Amino acid sequence: MVRKNAKWFVVSLVLVLSVALLVSGCGQNNAGQQGAAGGKVIKIGFVAPLTGDVKTFGESAKKGFDLALEQAGNKAGDFTIQPVVVDDRNDATEAVNVATKLINEDHVAAIVGSLTSLTTIPISELANSNKVVEISGTATSPKVTVENGKRKDYIFRACFIDPTQGTVGAKFALNQLHAKTAAILYDQGNDYTIGLAKNFEDAFTQGGGKVVFKGAYAKGDVDFSAVLTNIAQLKPDILYLPDYYQKVSLIGKQARDKGIKATFMGGDGWDSSDLDYKTMDGGYFTNHYSGQDPRPEVQKWVQDFKAKYGSEPDSFATLTYDATNLLLNAIKTANSNDPTKIKDALQATKGFSAVSGSDISFDQDGNPVKPVTILQVKDGKYKFIATMK
Amino acid sequence: MEHVLEQIINGLQLGFMYALIALGYTMVYGVVQLINFAHGDVFMVGAFIGYFGFAVWGLPLPLAIINAMVVCALLGVIIERIAYRPLRYAPKIAALISALGVSLFLEYFSSLKFVFGPDYRVVPRPIQEVHWHVLGLPITNIQVMVIVVVLVMLLLLQLLIYRTRIGMAMRTVAVDHNAARLMGVNVDTTISVTFAIGSAFAALGGVLYAIAYPQIQPFMGIMPGLKAFTAAVLGGIGIIPGAVLGALIMGQVETLTAAFISSQMRDAIAFTILILVLLIRPTGILGRSQTEKV
Repeated sequence: MVRKNAKWFVVSLVLVLSVALLVSGCGQNNAGQQGAAGGKVIKIGFVAPLTGDVKTFGESAKKGFDLALEQAGNKAGDFTIQPVVVDDRNDATEAVNVATKLINEDHVAAIVGSLTSLTTIPISELANSNKVVEISGTATSPKVTVENGKRKDYIFRACFIDPTQGTVGAKFALNQLHAKTAAILYDQGNDYTIGLAKNFEDAFTQGGGKVVFKGAYAKGDVDFSAVLTNIAQLKPDILYLPDYYQKVSLIGKQARDKGIKATFMGGDGWDSSDLDYKTMDGGYFTNHYSGQDPRPEVQKWVQDFKAKYGSEPDSFATLTYDATNLLLNAIKTANSNDPTKIKDALQATKGFSAVSGSDISFDQDGNPVKPVTILQVKDGKYKFIATMK
Repeated sequence: MEHVLEQIINGLQLGFMYALIALGYTMVYGVVQLINFAHGDVFMVGAFIGYFGFAVWGLPLPLAIINAMVVCALLGVIIERIAYRPLRYAPKIAALISALGVSLFLEYFSSLKFVFGPDYRVVPRPIQEVHWHVLGLPITNIQVMVIVVVLVMLLLLQLLIYRTRIGMAMRTVAVDHNAARLMGVNVDTTISVTFAIGSAFAALGGVLYAIAYPQIQPFMGIMPGLKAFTAAVLGGIGIIPGAVLGALIMGQVETLTAAFISSQMRDAIAFTILILVLLIRPTGILGRSQTEKV
């Protein structure tokens, strides 16, 4: 009986595998034919966490990417664009796997993504060493484009970097909220939250404020009662939580349970429809953009996005849209699918008008020069407070 | 001083949480001598079924908990039947690897979109949280609920094992399968019942955990499972009160380390204590030294 079962298992396994081979074989043939018929083709990879702990980021970003391609008619210069979409689950190892696939199997000329610094840093290493252009909409850690003081020439981004975000957050706390003391809690294993925490601390201290507590936790922690009990005793004006929405919601809830009355502050990781709005009400965070900004580029984008998807675009959609457009613009200028030429054209971008800032150019580290937006969580929505340099 | 006491209460809450999981772990080990690595994942499934019960299907909380316990009891029996029973008389390492396989299967199968999905879900609290001040110390109704449930579980398990026929069968099976069979004990049924009860308790723990830390995801069982396992070993694996004792020590050490030394050191110090205890008392705090069977 067992032997018979085993035989059937092998037979069905072989069948399944051959069908899979056939299907994938067909896929490759089709791609080749399309390329021959449609003239010149350029392949662009898109990496984002479409599932996992920050999947709402990925879903939004993909909408921005899709809309940018649609508005460009899937063309840049003489080239037809063929997108290849992959999911990194916001996991550094998975990010390396899917980026390797994009570079070695799909032979993409450029990659849009990923979204968090956690996954974008390893991808940028791979892309740069294989001479593939990468532009991330939202990865804010300086390490994405620079490693040990050396610029990764092929890597760009459409957002400001962590130092800017932490510094502006601290300035806002001191000047607008008149805060004197702050406590900081961050994830010790994530460059994004480490960077924000450090730069907030430096700017807050330099501006005359006092950081009364700075503590770290691990990614998997769910119980923060011990540190929060300590923080409650110190009664800080600000509790700075520079992590992603699911973690800050959890910490925020426990902080209020422990009787902490401080104003919550954070970074762009808060920007999600899954943020616990009730807990985080009244909190402020630094962000890339607000739909309430009156600039005409912003208003047109909000309208287009609403027409297609029926909802307001968030920062992830917006920045990925900007990143995709910056890349398409460079492909058009270079009119080539050679990554080296695209890279040079991208670096030479001047006066590009994007949603998250007009007159964008790149500094020598591949970062755009533009202001930071401050938002407040209020009554289940985000309220536009100010833009600051 | 009040501050220290408050931290001790934080540690108690965490410790009782670990105890919820450690009890099932240690009971299964006590009877089958198998470290059921999938226990933390059954705990996760329990948390999800409980969440669906009270947050999606709108069941009242007790019914949602019972539902999760029944589903997980069945799951435990199925896991034992498929993954452990065929390996019962194989070398111990085979069953251990099978347990790791079941654990990974549950984690990644649950992550699939048509099962639970890989996303974090915020759990709405099915009961309003109430804060009390007892002698100036803050305590919540959820903390009290967890403590009461653990104590009741401990009592029930002790009664089950020392006062009932099935408990007697379990103790017999724990000593020697063949001798138990000769005495007329149905070994298969006894082990199935052991897994059913262990898994039902894991589900109960999962639902309470999701209420106390209101966020669930398919990999939520790994860390608590590991900590609970550590707690069970610390107290003496296979000994029911030892699991609670070990869990309470783990909770205190972690919380006090995070509060007074450094939040980054909490796991390092907790596990260092485990190593020290095992070096000094290899069978755990309440463990009796046992002569190896030849």
